[in-house]
Amino acid sequence: MTIDQTGSPSTAGHQFPAGSDAFPHRHLLGIAGLQPWEILFLLKEAEQWVNLNRQSSKHTNRLDGLTVINAFFENSTRTLLSFEIAGKRMGADVVNMHAAQSSVKKGETLIDTAVTLNAMRADAIVIRHASSGAVQLIADKVDCPVLNAGDGSHEHPTQALLDALTIQRRKGDISGLTITICGDVMHSRVARSNIYCLTTLGAQVRVCAPTSLLPAALDRMNVEAFSHFDEALDGADVVMMLRLQNERMNGDFIPSPREFHHLYGLTRDRLKLAKSDALVMHPGPMNRGVEISSDVADDPDRSAITEQVEMGVAVRMACLDVLTRRLRGVEGWS
Amino acid sequence: MKQIFTNAQVLVSGKDIPQASNITVDGDRISQIGAEISDNGYTQIDCNGALMAPGIVDLGVFAIDKPAFHFGGITRAALMPDQSPVLDLPAMIKHNASEGKPDLWSHPIAAATKGLAGAELAEIGLMKQAGARAVSTGRSWIADSGIMLKLLHYCRSLDMPVIVHSEDRGLTAGAAATSGETATRLGLSSAPASAEALSIARDIALVRESGAKVHFRQVTTAQGLDLIRQAKADGLPVTCGITPAHLFLSDIAISDFRTFAKLSPPLRSEEDRMACLEAVKDGTIDVISSGHDPRGPEDKRLPFAEAEFGMAGAETLLALSLNLVRDGYIDLCRLFELLSTSPARILGVQAGQIAKGFEADLILVDLDAPWQIDTRKMAAAAGNTPFDKLPVQGRVRAIYKGGKAL
Repeated sequence: MTIDQTGSPSTAGHQFPAGSDAFPHRHLLGIAGLQPWEILFLLKEAEQWVNLNRQSSKHTNRLDGLTVINAFFENSTRTLLSFEIAGKRMGADVVNMHAAQSSVKKGETLIDTAVTLNAMRADAIVIRHASSGAVQLIADKVDCPVLNAGDGSHEHPTQALLDALTIQRRKGDISGLTITICGDVMHSRVARSNIYCLTTLGAQVRVCAPTSLLPAALDRMNVEAFSHFDEALDGADVVMMLRLQNERMNGDFIPSPREFHHLYGLTRDRLKLAKSDALVMHPGPMNRGVEISSDVADDPDRSAITEQVEMGVAVRMACLDVLTRRLRGVEGWS
Repeated sequence: MKQIFTNAQVLVSGKDIPQASNITVDGDRISQIGAEISDNGYTQIDCNGALMAPGIVDLGVFAIDKPAFHFGGITRAALMPDQSPVLDLPAMIKHNASEGKPDLWSHPIAAATKGLAGAELAEIGLMKQAGARAVSTGRSWIADSGIMLKLLHYCRSLDMPVIVHSEDRGLTAGAAATSGETATRLGLSSAPASAEALSIARDIALVRESGAKVHFRQVTTAQGLDLIRQAKADGLPVTCGITPAHLFLSDIAISDFRTFAKLSPPLRSEEDRMACLEAVKDGTIDVISSGHDPRGPEDKRLPFAEAEFGMAGAETLLALSLNLVRDGYIDLCRLFELLSTSPARILGVQAGQIAKGFEADLILVDLDAPWQIDTRKMAAAAGNTPFDKLPVQGRVRAIYKGGKAL
């Protein structure tokens, strides 16, 4: 077995198909439909950028001269920043378009906006939109690769990839791990992408929420649904908490934040039900004292929350690199 | 004008199989039916052995779209009140009743409440005088059971049928799909299929109370159909309909966010679809209609949740429905009861069957003619069909409205 320079325990020695066969997709719209080796390939590619990002000089010229547009139709701070840093560290010209400043407010249709972005000859477009399926709609209308940075309650693929990378670096092979995802699964694109990603990589995935926040037919997605948090935590290797949106906390889906914390908040006591070395994760931003208590979130031995943010930049660099290889004429990527 | 149609296989009202027969038409009415009628004094039209069926009466369309209707063999269409502006005044009924004449008759349906808002009753009596033959809640829902009961009592006294859309808005508000694996995978907001049964159960209770005639325009779930079946067994004056889309597609058709398959009520699970086919077979379903609602890219090329509901169904209605005959669910005569006779009866018009004294709305059908549904080549005002590229069989070769060839 070869020793991987980047030190990743599970992709070390893993053989990937040559050239574009390793990742034959034009866009990254979701995790659904990706093969396990395609996911692992992206994770392997991200490792080099984790290393680079830890150097004092964090720059490569791999994307020199390319234009990356971050078109965010929905507010975001951390994901936008993460994509912007990823693009800039690779030498691309990164332009951010916020919905608040765009002609969307003037009534322009999404298709017209897509055609406009396309005419500006972007080399990659990163899109976030509040409506499920909106990113695919745009991708069908543009000539360059599109990265989904979150569409409605559908998918947020780079979040799932950065979560998988975080787990893999801490726990090794994801296959066979028991991973509990708790919170507003119904409205969460993070939950969906993680379900697709982790089940594809062979993990046992549990989801936990009051039944009012669980979508129908979860059993068809190879996950086990729980509504008692204690049962869902039993023996888990990883506990992934989801953010509870404020607008769902005032009597519409659950009676109050304090009731939610009582039933579904991750506290130090509850965490004892999971494996003694269980990893705690959260996509952020956190509602401290609601879905997660501060002492758990801030425990450096158990919490991987800041590491997730770090892996986010590396994963996004890998995605931008891989998706633009055809355009840059990289050998084997025709 | 006196005409005789000779050498046709005719779907004569009351007969189980097509009859080799001649038909005479005096003016716009059918005057004689029989194999031995003399053609003396009549202009002869030789049908060359083709199938002659009554023109289709499309109960509940959202637009008057003559090219699509004529392609599909539709000679009368009942227009839903969900127009802009809403059909809630006598003048609008009068205006829409004359639209399309003489080669297509449109029967505008009166809005049950002002602006279809579900609050105040519209001037139903005056709209009846202006030509409305039915009342409808449109695609909306009257949430207040008290108002619904008043509406049914009032329509009973006017002898007007009420056409309802069966979805409890408390459950379906904001939903873009039916709850299930597909909606979960796509991350679409969804409502449980029981939203339909809930609203049907209430309205059946109110029919029991009022005795009003209610037509449930599209019943698409096993639970909903069970309720209708029971109500009919109890002798209540209820009827129900469906579209070919709900008979031949399940919610899997919305995968990849295909907005052409975004319908109201939404496409259901495979189990519900099979229950719908059974209900066609056992006679629970009375009407098959197109729900014709042509929508251009400005309404459909949008993110799924924001796209409008509805499909262009008029020109594919017959060809798709013929699959029910080929698959052995019903025979040809029963099919035209569902497409023509029952809807005409609900509207109270003397049409929809080939019988003496009835309007000579006739179509000649080539049952075997193959063609392919193509969203880019539709006769309709827009090509929003979820059946794009589907090969089908059965095509209308000639259409006569009131005896006049179109």
